[in-house]
Amino acid sequence: MAPLVLLAALVTVGCGQQESGGESASEEASTSQGETTSPGGSVADEGTLVVYSGRNEELVGPIIERFEAETGIDVEVRYGDTAELAATILEEGENSPADVFLSQDAGALGAVADRGLLSPLPEGALGQVDERFRSPEGEWVGVSGRARVVAYNTEALSEGDLPDSIFGFTEPQWEGRIGWAPTNGSFQAFVTALRVIEGEGEARQWLEGIQANAPRVYENNIAILEAVASREVDIGLVNHYYLFRKLEEQGDGFPARNYYLKNGDPGALVNVAGVGILRTAEHPEVARRFVEFLLSEEAQRYFADETFEYPLVDGVPINENLVPLSEIETPNIDLSNLDDLEGTLDLLRETGVL
Amino acid sequence: MIAAGRKPRSRTSARLRPPVAVWLPALLVAAAMSLPLVYLVFRALENGPSEVVEVAFRGKTLAVLARSFALAAIVTAASLAVAVPLAWLTVRTDLPGRRAWAILAALPLVVPSYVGGFVLVSVLGPRGFAQGALSPLGVERLPEIYGLHGAALALTLFSYPYVFLTVRGALRGMDPALEEASRSLGSGALATFFRVTLPQLKPAMVAGALLVALYSLSDFGAVSLLQFDSFSREIYTQYRSAFDRTPAAILALMLVALTAAILALEARARGRARYHRSTVGTAHPHGGRIVTLGRWRWPALLFCSGVVLLALVVPVGVLVFWLSRGLAAGEPLRLLWGAAFNSVYVSGLAAGTAALAALPVAVLAVRYRGRASGFVERLSYLGYALPGIVLALALVFFGANFAPGLYGTLVLLVFAYAVHFLPQAVGATRAALLQVRPSVEEAARGLGRGPVRVVTTITAPLAASGILAGAALVFLTAMKELPATLLLAPLGFDTLATSLWTATSEGFFARAAAPALLLILVSALPMYLLVIRERAQ
Repeated sequence: MAPLVLLAALVTVGCGQQESGGESASEEASTSQGETTSPGGSVADEGTLVVYSGRNEELVGPIIERFEAETGIDVEVRYGDTAELAATILEEGENSPADVFLSQDAGALGAVADRGLLSPLPEGALGQVDERFRSPEGEWVGVSGRARVVAYNTEALSEGDLPDSIFGFTEPQWEGRIGWAPTNGSFQAFVTALRVIEGEGEARQWLEGIQANAPRVYENNIAILEAVASREVDIGLVNHYYLFRKLEEQGDGFPARNYYLKNGDPGALVNVAGVGILRTAEHPEVARRFVEFLLSEEAQRYFADETFEYPLVDGVPINENLVPLSEIETPNIDLSNLDDLEGTLDLLRETGVL
Repeated sequence: MIAAGRKPRSRTSARLRPPVAVWLPALLVAAAMSLPLVYLVFRALENGPSEVVEVAFRGKTLAVLARSFALAAIVTAASLAVAVPLAWLTVRTDLPGRRAWAILAALPLVVPSYVGGFVLVSVLGPRGFAQGALSPLGVERLPEIYGLHGAALALTLFSYPYVFLTVRGALRGMDPALEEASRSLGSGALATFFRVTLPQLKPAMVAGALLVALYSLSDFGAVSLLQFDSFSREIYTQYRSAFDRTPAAILALMLVALTAAILALEARARGRARYHRSTVGTAHPHGGRIVTLGRWRWPALLFCSGVVLLALVVPVGVLVFWLSRGLAAGEPLRLLWGAAFNSVYVSGLAAGTAALAALPVAVLAVRYRGRASGFVERLSYLGYALPGIVLALALVFFGANFAPGLYGTLVLLVFAYAVHFLPQAVGATRAALLQVRPSVEEAARGLGRGPVRVVTTITAPLAASGILAGAALVFLTAMKELPATLLLAPLGFDTLATSLWTATSEGFFARAAAPALLLILVSALPMYLLVIRERAQ
């Protein structure tokens, strides 16, 4: 009996403490009005912004804190995987508590926008960013750029050994030397670009060619880069910024570097991490201020210096170690054309990649 | 349970009909457990039945389902092979330091599979620690770790404690009179073990094996790190890359069907035998006679240390190495006591809730056997094999749209844990109830106690160790749960698991080591208490 009574007591205490638990998460903002009117646990105070962030807390936490410090607005963030958060927003539908969706890629924003769940952004914010890096309907805007690159092991290879085009890696000499992450969103965006630029047939040939070279499959970009550095593989298809984090952490001795493919190759695609405001946002005004803040010089500099991404607003200098965006021979493609993910998935499945 | 001739027929059938106080809570639990299924059926049929057929039979889907089944079978067999001898050695022999071994052998349960898998790759992978240590000795390349055997190894190492704990519990609760009778009738120690002990352990083995098998189906962390293409990985891929939730729901329903098939197998393995004591008051301090190992204790010790080394010492060692490397490089030591408190708090609530919910289900299943009670019990297992993301999104859907008052509060997160991990509590409670003599309850009923009071004052205390063991399992599993925690926790509610995820998903290993070690440390405490408590009894 004793354990049962204890358990029951625990549950009762737990339910009793629930209210205070929700409060303490946002202790400063809570006014008595806020906690009584918000059954959702998040304090629905006018000054509180709810952000769903598919970008990691280690990367965007500091810049969100700066926004809070400068505006006095409290921000509550749900961190998670970008696609899982997109699915969450779709499941929540009209009842989503989120004001803002901060996404790691354009595809997830496009999916949420397709269901009519995002509201148009103010012209002022949109106008700051090149057309290529925002939604044509103005429902989301890119905040920082990330380039697809080939990471190579510097002990095994030098730049001269690498082909100009992504198709070069289908040659037999690359057998067993390639690492990729077919489940990764950035990789899939690249395959979509490949389909759009070169056509279905070429894209299929490329996938089959790489498959024939028995590539190693990794969970994500970091795992690939680690594998390149340890010579588990010689080259890996990744985003550009992971390398710079490693260089910062382990010094110039880290035995991997980035290589940019040439001549507008799809393998040199520049994609974006972006942001959108939910149509059902309870705090649209605060949400707009947040989006404007992310496009401010301060935030853009933060992304350039701290996450080694490309700022997308003109006039903000890039990190000195990066190849300037203008020098990357990136394919000329509209990112919003990369929305046929289902077609890409079908192709990946048909070729046995997934 | 009751000799047929002793009582009038009408009485017997009345006895078999469960009282409202048992079936009503059990029904409520069953309703809660069916929520994810309702959601999946609703999502799967969203675009009509033709899509169901198309997704189910496209490409490699069925092959991957078969691979997942194979993985679950291998992991289950390996877990039994590791855990049953370990349990026997630590309960019934004079193995030196057996209580310490018992705690150490149970501890790998607290290592999350995404941490365990990662450590395994960094040790046994190409260019891992082991390769580095062995290459001066002329070993050029270790056998490949990626693939089926690597995934099976990782899952076995970190889930065999489910079998270990349930079998230990059964060994301690077993009626020693049976073994004593067997020995006094002239059977040897070995024959007694195989003919008397092992059959008595069957329900516990089956219960533990079921938890391992279904866990292997649902796991995503270990399989993805070890590059094994399992069905749950397929489901994650579907969610992560296409934002269409219908195919993912169809795949998840296929996993539910596979689970149902495994449950049917389990029902056959379980049989209809009874396992309670024949007499009262023969409790032996160790639940039976102690076997003297003699010189066999050396191989026994080697076996125990081998398992503990691989499943516990190596992961903790690697984490400590990462931590010290990070500290040496100037990383600040972040001891996340707030997150640790949150983890313990919410996991404790989940454990209590699951234990309470499991009791009526287990009582129904053990004392009122029948089709309906069997259905309710098995229903509780279906959610267990679902990958966390599926369950989380199901509750996001119901929470946001039908219970907005609870959405984003701890109540929904605790509910999610309880729904997900209920089978752990049901299994342990059920195994303990099987060892309680029904005649004790009948005596209390005969003396005029109502059915509810009998359950709370007789049955529950007698099965207390099993109920507590079940609660502990739920607690430990909830501590490391990730997908539901990310999506359902109140905003800003960090736990050790989410902190760990924040660090690892961007490759900050040094930063991941501290929360990982803290998670293992904090989880070790209840495990220790559990084993200590056993001793006190």
